[in-house]
This record gives sequence, C-alpha cells and structure tokens, in this order.
Amino acid sequence: MENPILEVRHLSKTFGTNAVLKDIDFTVNKGDVTSIIGASGSGKSTLLRCINLLETLTTGEILYHGQDVTKGKVNASEYRAKVGMVFQSFNLFNNMTVLKNCMIGQEKVSHIKKEEARDRALYYLNKVGMAPYINARPAQISGGQKQRVAIARALAMEPEILLFDEPTSALDPEMVGEVLDVMKSLASDKMTMLVVTHEMAFARDVSTHVVYMADGVIEEEGLPEKIFTNPESLSTRSFLKRILNE
Amino acid sequence: MLIQLFSDIGKLWEKYGSVYLTGIANTLILATVATLIGCVIGFLCGILKTIPYGPNDNIIKRFLLRLIRIIIQAYVEVFRGTPMILQAVFIYYGLPYFFGVAFKDIWTVSILVVSINTGAYMAESVRGGIMSIDVGQFEGAKAIGMNHWQAMLYVILPQTLRNILPQIGNNYIINVKDTSVMFIIGFSDFFAVHKMVSGAVFKYFPSATMEMVGYLCLTLLASFLLRKIEKKMAGKSNYELVNTDQLVMTAGTYSLPKDAASPFDEVNKDIREGK
Repeated sequence: MENPILEVRHLSKTFGTNAVLKDIDFTVNKGDVTSIIGASGSGKSTLLRCINLLETLTTGEILYHGQDVTKGKVNASEYRAKVGMVFQSFNLFNNMTVLKNCMIGQEKVSHIKKEEARDRALYYLNKVGMAPYINARPAQISGGQKQRVAIARALAMEPEILLFDEPTSALDPEMVGEVLDVMKSLASDKMTMLVVTHEMAFARDVSTHVVYMADGVIEEEGLPEKIFTNPESLSTRSFLKRILNE
Repeated sequence: MLIQLFSDIGKLWEKYGSVYLTGIANTLILATVATLIGCVIGFLCGILKTIPYGPNDNIIKRFLLRLIRIIIQAYVEVFRGTPMILQAVFIYYGLPYFFGVAFKDIWTVSILVVSINTGAYMAESVRGGIMSIDVGQFEGAKAIGMNHWQAMLYVILPQTLRNILPQIGNNYIINVKDTSVMFIIGFSDFFAVHKMVSGAVFKYFPSATMEMVGYLCLTLLASFLLRKIEKKMAGKSNYELVNTDQLVMTAGTYSLPKDAASPFDEVNKDIREGK
C-alpha cells in the first residue's frame, strides 16, 4: 500500500548560475529501498543533502508525512533526527569513542536516559558487528569499520528513513563488502532507505526502486529489473553500458 | 667574579627572599587567573563570530550578528594593536578621569587588563581553531538532529580546545613574563620586587640574575605542565576489545532459545565436576 514518507516536489537547486538540480519530483514510500544512480556531477549527492536540509533548496518543497519541512515551520533539527544520514566521509565525532558516538544524539537530542541510550547503542553496534570496538576512537579503526559505526550511530536515533550518500565510495575495495552486507541486512529488515550509490550490484539486487539521474534531472525511474534490463532512455542505456563494462 | 655574584645573591636572598617569593606567587596568580579569564573571553568571541547566517535568515538576526562581528573585530584590533603597559595605564587612570571612581584594588584592575589583552589574542585563535575543524563534523552532528549550539558544545569545541591548547600555552607563558609591565600601575609582581630591592640596596646585576633564572624556571615549569595536559587530552593511544557475548547480554538483546540451558550452566557444570 502507498504510504509516502517523503515527497520531493519540483525541487531545484542552483549554485550561483549553475543549475545542479532541475525540477526533481519523486516519492519514497515506507519500506522502499531506493537507489539513486547516475554519473558523477549529475546532482545525486546534492539531492540527498537537500533532502536532509544540509543545502537550502532554491525552489520546490520536501514533504515529510505531507508536511513541508523547507519553510521554517518545521524545526530542521527535529526533522533531521528522524531522517538519518550516512556520509561518504563517515563524519564520526573524532573526540568521542565509538560507543559515545552512538549515544550522544540519543542523550542530547532525544533526551533518552544514559543507560537506555547505552543499551540501544550496543544493540545497533552489535547489529553492524562493531560491538567489540566500543572503546576505540574513530582514528583507531578502519574505513569500513568507521562506516559501520556511522550506520549504527544513525540507526541508534531510530530514524524513519535512512539516507546514504555514497557510503562505500571512500573505502578500499576489500572493505566495501562489509558495509554493503550491513545495508543488505537493513533492507531485509524493511528499513526505508534512500541510497546514492555507484554499486550497481546493490542497486540491481537489493533496491526496490531505482532512480537514474543525469544533468540534474531524473532521466528514468522504475523497478530495478526494468532499469537494468530494459531501460527506456538512451542516456540510461549508455550509462549502464559504460559502468557495467568497467 | 662568580664567587662575588653568588655571595651577593646569597645576601639578597637572605634579606629579601620572602619578598621575591611573594612576587613570584603574585606573578603566577595573575598570569593564571588572567589567562583563564582570557580563554573564556576568547571562546565567547570566537563562538559569537562563527555563528552562521545566510540570506534566508531574517533581517534582525543578520543585523545583530553583523554588529557583533564588528564589535568583536574592533575589540581585537584595539587590544592586540596597543602595548599592554599602555592599556594598563589607560584603564587605571582613565576610569577615575571619566567616572570619578578609582579602582580600590590593584588586583582587580591588573586581572582586568591582562584578561582582556589575552582575550583579544585568544579570540582569533579560537576562531581559527573552529574553522580548522572539518565541516563534516558539523554535518555529522546536524544529521543526528543537533542544533548549532549542541554541535558546538559537544563536537566542535572539545576538538577546538585540543587543537588550540598549544596556543593557550603560548599565551600563558607570554603572560607569565609580560605581567611584569603591571609594575607601572603599582602591582607588586616578581619584576616589581626587583625594582624595589635593587633600588634599595643598589645590587642591580645580582637581582637581575635572580629574576632571569626565576622567570626561566617559571616558564619551563609551565611548558612542562602544558605538555602533560596536552598528552592527557590526546586520549589513550590504544583501546581494548570488549568481549562480544557479555556485551550482547548487557545490551538486553540476547534472547536464549527456550529449550536451551542458561549460559551459566556450563560454568556450573565445570564447578560441579570439580574442574
């Protein structure tokens, strides 16, 4: 059944005179795993940053459960607490241990008691396989481990939807797998996810919906089987041909 | 010659030792208190100066923030750009001139002058320290729902403090030495003792030697302590792995299969069998 969590309506973003996103329109329903694919510079990451209000939109609106979050009536911080984000460069807090990274948001933003926050942090760290490392600092663990902690940190806020901004692009090839495995297990838990990715296998096999972007517009979207086997647009076809033959 | 010098110093110490020690104590107290207050001022200015505002914010907020930035910049330029000895004179004699009230306590005015002087230097250090933190730290904080102040307090400032600790140390050492200019308004610090004693007994060189050695000892001690603090703030260089099973139990997520025995049974069995 249709149950839209996020609706992006006529979103445009310009940096100076450079139009990065042009009239973007799409919907994320509960339980969807949407992959956004496309060439570098097509505006995928900017779109995700706009959705999390890290960038201000030039025009358009973002509806969260039908309520526009861009107009200042909705508190941006409260909205962000429900919309998790995982960054390409992890952005773990360098001054805190792994455990504290996963607790601080719960304690200070959601006002959860320390013991409960700790339990919940441990639960999610365990889920991503990082529970043994709770006393480590971000500088002391590998890229893949950092990204898994970052996912646990986002999950610990118990968000309704999780945004991933190229979560494996900054990782060494041998670490990509461990992060993708975590994401796959989240997908099988019916977590709603919006993933900007260059991992075509993930987009094809795990996601329920694929959005292909080119030059700041959504060129084509649909079921992964259709996009990957029988794309309508020429641009989609040539992009997939290029990237899958690499 | 050296023997002569040592015997002079000995005589000075015998007669005025306690005065010199009081001077050292006064210098240290003034430098420490003023550096701490200066840090607070510096952090306040640095934080206020880095509050972001954009074209989407309302006009009052933009105006206020711009005004704050201008005021802080003026403060920094004035107190960084004039000699502290002059600032001391200016404030000490300026206040009675305009308001007819003199400072009753030389300590108050000394701490005030050195603090705002230090604050002017620290303001720029703090601003630089905040700007040197990767913007991703801010975005990470915002992404889990922190507002600007929470992100500052829990994520940015702790890292800033660690990064600018060498700067704070620099300022502290400068203050230990430069509080000597406060003799101009009659503050009896370590250097003021030299002026007083050598004026009384005409032993300029032996007294100056004592001062040199004294100041050097103070600053060496200060830099030693600061390095200790820096090391402590850097945190542990290693970490211990935590036994996963125990963790899962404490996390309250470990649900035993109904037909399985308690995990402690195995241990009990070992005990029963006398292992």
